[in-house]
Amino acid sequence: MKKPHVIIFSGYGLNTEDETKAAFQSVGATADIIHLNDIIAKPAVLDKAQIIVFPGGFSYGDDTGSGKAYGNRLKQHLGREIEKFLARDTLLIGICNGFQIITSAGILPGALVANDSARYQCRWVDLKVQGNSPWLKGIKMLSVPIAHGEGKYYAPRETLDTLKNENAISLKYVAGETSKHFDMPANPNGSLENIAGITGYGGRVLGLMPHPERAVRFTQLPHWTWLKEEYVRNGKELPTEGPGIQIFKNAVNYFNHD
Amino acid sequence: MVNRIAVSSKIEDARARSYLHTLKNLFPKSGLTAASVVQAYTVDAQVSAPDLEEAAQRLTNPITEVSSVENIPTPQTYAYAIEIGYLPGVTDNVGRTARETIEDCLGKKFKDDEHVYSSVFIFLEGKIEAREAGSFARELHNPLIERATVFAAGKKFPVIVPQVRLVGKTHTSEIDLDVSDEELRKMSKEGIEGRGPLALPLASMKVIRGHFKKLGRNPTDVELESLAQTWSEHCKHTIFADPLDEIKEGIYRRYIKGATERIRKAKGKKDFCVSVFKDNSGAIAFDDKYLVTHKVETHNSPSGLDPFGGSVTAIVGVNRDCLGFGLGAKPIANTYGFCVEDPNDATELFRDKGKQQPLLPARRILEGVVKGINAGGNQSGIPTPLGFVAVDPSYRGKPLVFGGTVGLIPRKSPAGSRGSARKLYAKRARPGDYIVMLGGRVGLDGIHGATFSSESLSAGSPATAVQIGDPITQKKLSDMLIREARDAGLYNSITDDGAGGLSGSVGEMARESGGAQVDLEKVPLKYPGLAPWQIWLSESQERMTLAVPRGKWSAFKKICDRHDVEATCIGEFTKSKRCIVRHNGKSVMDIALDFLHEGRPVEQQKSVRPRNHQGDASVVGRGKTDLAEALLRMLSGPNVGSISFISQQYDHEVQGTSVTKPLQGRGRVNADAAVLQPLSDSQKGIVLAHGYAPRYSQIDTYAMAAASIDTAVRNAIAAGASLEYLAILDNFCWSSSEKPERLYELKQSAKACYDTAVAYGTPFISGKDSMFNDFRGYDSKGKNVHIAALPTLLVSAIGVIPDVSKAMTLDFKRVGDLVYLIGETNDELGASAYFSMPEEIGRPTSNFGGQVPCVDTKKNSKAYGAVSKAIQKGLVASAIGVGRGGLAVALAKSAVAGQLGVQADLTKLRGSAKSAEAILFSESQGRMLLSVPRSAQKEFEKVCQGVALTQIGEVIQPASVSIELPKAKVELPLSALTESYRSFFKNW
Repeated sequence: MKKPHVIIFSGYGLNTEDETKAAFQSVGATADIIHLNDIIAKPAVLDKAQIIVFPGGFSYGDDTGSGKAYGNRLKQHLGREIEKFLARDTLLIGICNGFQIITSAGILPGALVANDSARYQCRWVDLKVQGNSPWLKGIKMLSVPIAHGEGKYYAPRETLDTLKNENAISLKYVAGETSKHFDMPANPNGSLENIAGITGYGGRVLGLMPHPERAVRFTQLPHWTWLKEEYVRNGKELPTEGPGIQIFKNAVNYFNHD
Repeated sequence: MVNRIAVSSKIEDARARSYLHTLKNLFPKSGLTAASVVQAYTVDAQVSAPDLEEAAQRLTNPITEVSSVENIPTPQTYAYAIEIGYLPGVTDNVGRTARETIEDCLGKKFKDDEHVYSSVFIFLEGKIEAREAGSFARELHNPLIERATVFAAGKKFPVIVPQVRLVGKTHTSEIDLDVSDEELRKMSKEGIEGRGPLALPLASMKVIRGHFKKLGRNPTDVELESLAQTWSEHCKHTIFADPLDEIKEGIYRRYIKGATERIRKAKGKKDFCVSVFKDNSGAIAFDDKYLVTHKVETHNSPSGLDPFGGSVTAIVGVNRDCLGFGLGAKPIANTYGFCVEDPNDATELFRDKGKQQPLLPARRILEGVVKGINAGGNQSGIPTPLGFVAVDPSYRGKPLVFGGTVGLIPRKSPAGSRGSARKLYAKRARPGDYIVMLGGRVGLDGIHGATFSSESLSAGSPATAVQIGDPITQKKLSDMLIREARDAGLYNSITDDGAGGLSGSVGEMARESGGAQVDLEKVPLKYPGLAPWQIWLSESQERMTLAVPRGKWSAFKKICDRHDVEATCIGEFTKSKRCIVRHNGKSVMDIALDFLHEGRPVEQQKSVRPRNHQGDASVVGRGKTDLAEALLRMLSGPNVGSISFISQQYDHEVQGTSVTKPLQGRGRVNADAAVLQPLSDSQKGIVLAHGYAPRYSQIDTYAMAAASIDTAVRNAIAAGASLEYLAILDNFCWSSSEKPERLYELKQSAKACYDTAVAYGTPFISGKDSMFNDFRGYDSKGKNVHIAALPTLLVSAIGVIPDVSKAMTLDFKRVGDLVYLIGETNDELGASAYFSMPEEIGRPTSNFGGQVPCVDTKKNSKAYGAVSKAIQKGLVASAIGVGRGGLAVALAKSAVAGQLGVQADLTKLRGSAKSAEAILFSESQGRMLLSVPRSAQKEFEKVCQGVALTQIGEVIQPASVSIELPKAKVELPLSALTESYRSFFKNW
């Protein structure tokens, strides 16, 4: 199997690099965490990567608006290099703050604004998959956690129409397994059209608010101790993986599709 | 040149809606109809017009926002506008980020005197009177850190530049101590020239006087402040350290450290302690490769003044105790605890007789401290899986704000090109190493923080005692240390700049090398005009001090630059046996290390047994007949009910380590323990739990401390931990500690700590105390008020478990499972949650209601051992410690969490409780409520042989909790219990 190489951006308050790296490594990729300033100083490192990740976090403390300051810096100093990277047959993902960053930098359309509750929310959500992004191949439904204060997807009508026409609204909040179990509303933040994630560049770029890297093991599920009883009482082995791992597997498999 | 950039939302704005919502809730009768918000950035820098326009665009998201560089855009119609900005010198994180964005856009750094200040304009529409607008403004800002200006419609918005202009003296003065005792006392209380308290006892002042007399000179203000700082109760823990009655070695050495030494000895090869009491955190073994650290701090006095800033600082401050452990541990979990007054209590209190300095309302204190940990924890990317809120009127004057941080550190650095592997949990500055200050810059923030918290909160409390944390600056520092510099072996020692700032950190590290010499003019400042003593003592946040070998300084500095972290060499560690501080070449401090650290005179303390208010054994209830209503009431109180609004706004999933959540089961019930899996490639887990029982102090502090430990241990065991691998931390928050009666109570509680910890074999690995949680002020009539916090002990437990898939949650899982009670239920309603309920629930009592719960460590150890074994064998489906509110609350919580009914017969319990009230609500320690699959019944009962075990019922399908009692029955629908449980903070 070919091992695709992943570069995970860091710095200025991004904070989920380690678990994202672990998720990629666990499915056979090689991964490096590199500070934004180091990439600006030596953008050629991107030439060696097949996958770029803008991970979750709190870049610049969300001051002046989530993802804005990091997105500006990215666009100004690495805008062309990212374009060059995407001109190859590569993948890019922006998770949570990473999603906010790549919309701010104009890599994906739309914006993430404050949750309707005007408060940070940490909980699990259920996502319905649409479209045909390689990141989401073979997944129909998926339960993963969110943790954000500005996760409401907003875009003007015409942008939403374009996204729909291009089949680029790839993840929607729905009332699924965890929302039903915990009796919680499906849409945690008031996102337009229940949008949790969108794609661009023919599905190769995925931006999403939820955190698949925090849902890679069974024991990360919010109700695993309840599910466990079912397995144990029926004499079955406990599963080890969580639903989010498939996204990372898909990314690695994309480079092994021949 | 000053310009202003205004950014406003062009779509619906949740922030504006939130202001409207807040104000409408607080002022339901006002004619307020709408609110809108404009974010302003005041740019005090040389920026050309086109550059300013470009900068404005960078600060604006074109899809959702518009900007203006000409004016503050106003809505078409509005009644009033309120501008809220920071006072000069207060940390302005939004302003800092705006500055960095503008600098990046211009491609050049601002000069030292160029700044960006953030402020927000809130436009209010509707029929509003001027007086109301003033009340709104008061509600929306804190005058200790912020300014608010109210503008009537049409009025212009002048540009305000909150630049710091310091006019005080900046030279170092000599202090003449050859004065009367009275003068010395006054200087200690009010400080040098009224700067704020030195808070030293007279005996200490005299020793300092004698020391300098011998030297034939007067001390400088830097020296005196530095000594006061180093000798403060806050830093030296004098009350715990000095002789108390017959205990010559002090209660810390005898009872806390003594317990740990005895336990470690008894454990022999099974001792898991690695570094206890000597570093910034305590550390135990996690596995062959890693250690896990824990430290819990309090930040009470500042949180009383600025709850938000105080609690951000509490959490980012204790994060540095983790980063400052060994050569740097990675923070992997935060914990919190808020002891506050009921937020619905509207009693007004003032710090001054003239009623010009009101205390913030109880509600705003809770709102503020909750927000603070939100900002500090979430922005730092550290999960917050565990915490609590405890409500009592005694916390009205000064809230208690606990912040804890768990860390993970490899035992050794990787061997590499730079040499062989070295121990990461040991450190020592060496003579010749550079003294490097890392992170934030120095301002007036937090000066006298340490001496201030050794005093009670009053009108003289300095406003500069307040700091606001800047989590992102610290996160950058944390990344560069933990990801790169630590493992590259670029420094020999590190410690946090906490209490006392540089004076504390350099003074402490100088002991490792044998001396230090600092040049204060090298310290980077936030603004000019600080006097040497201020630079030396400032508690400006996000700073750490390191010892960097000369040969490694350039490599170290390079890493800092790449991470955008400021690092400055400010001096050198020496072996001169002196701490020497200079300012522009002139010596301002030259003190022997021995005197600085060991010169404090030991004081013999005496305690006096207080008037005994033992619970009255004859009181076994409060004559309440409607027990169902009592249970619902209890669940709807803030001490028992859900705090899900906090749990859900604190990220507990970041780092991907969460195993059991803060809210458990379908019904989302708050747990008193959490389990983490820190390494993705190991099944090993960490169990965290807390225990506290401050109300028991009303009767007996020995019982209080024993119950606090038992509760923490019990909660940990119920989550899957075992007594064999469990450590604890103590945080004492006392009040009026100058009183011999309080010292007696302290001694008793410390003794309980020893007895209980030794009996369980759970060593203390770290601790902290805060001895003066008193408020002395005035009520609305100008009468003197003294509010002393209940003697409070927070016990935090940390354990290691072999397999996280055995972790346990508190929710009933399946219909038909058998429900068991472990332990004895006695007539122990003394100081219980039941007895603290409002009068209308039953006969008001003149005392605290009967016997206070006593801990039987012998029986409990056996029971806990059995439960651990049963959980490890997979025989248990749910477990919860029985605590506040007793068995009734535990049954309700497990049922609500599982959204399943339960049928329980409590007529045949073990123990002395016979009345229905005592059976339901007694808080007898050592008890747990478990549910067990029927298939496991036999084996479970076998494992529990010799333990007080009662099968009390089973989990049922019908959604009701039905409890059979002697001569009574309680039956409540699950929906009513759920609703009550969630009611108190429902709209928060």
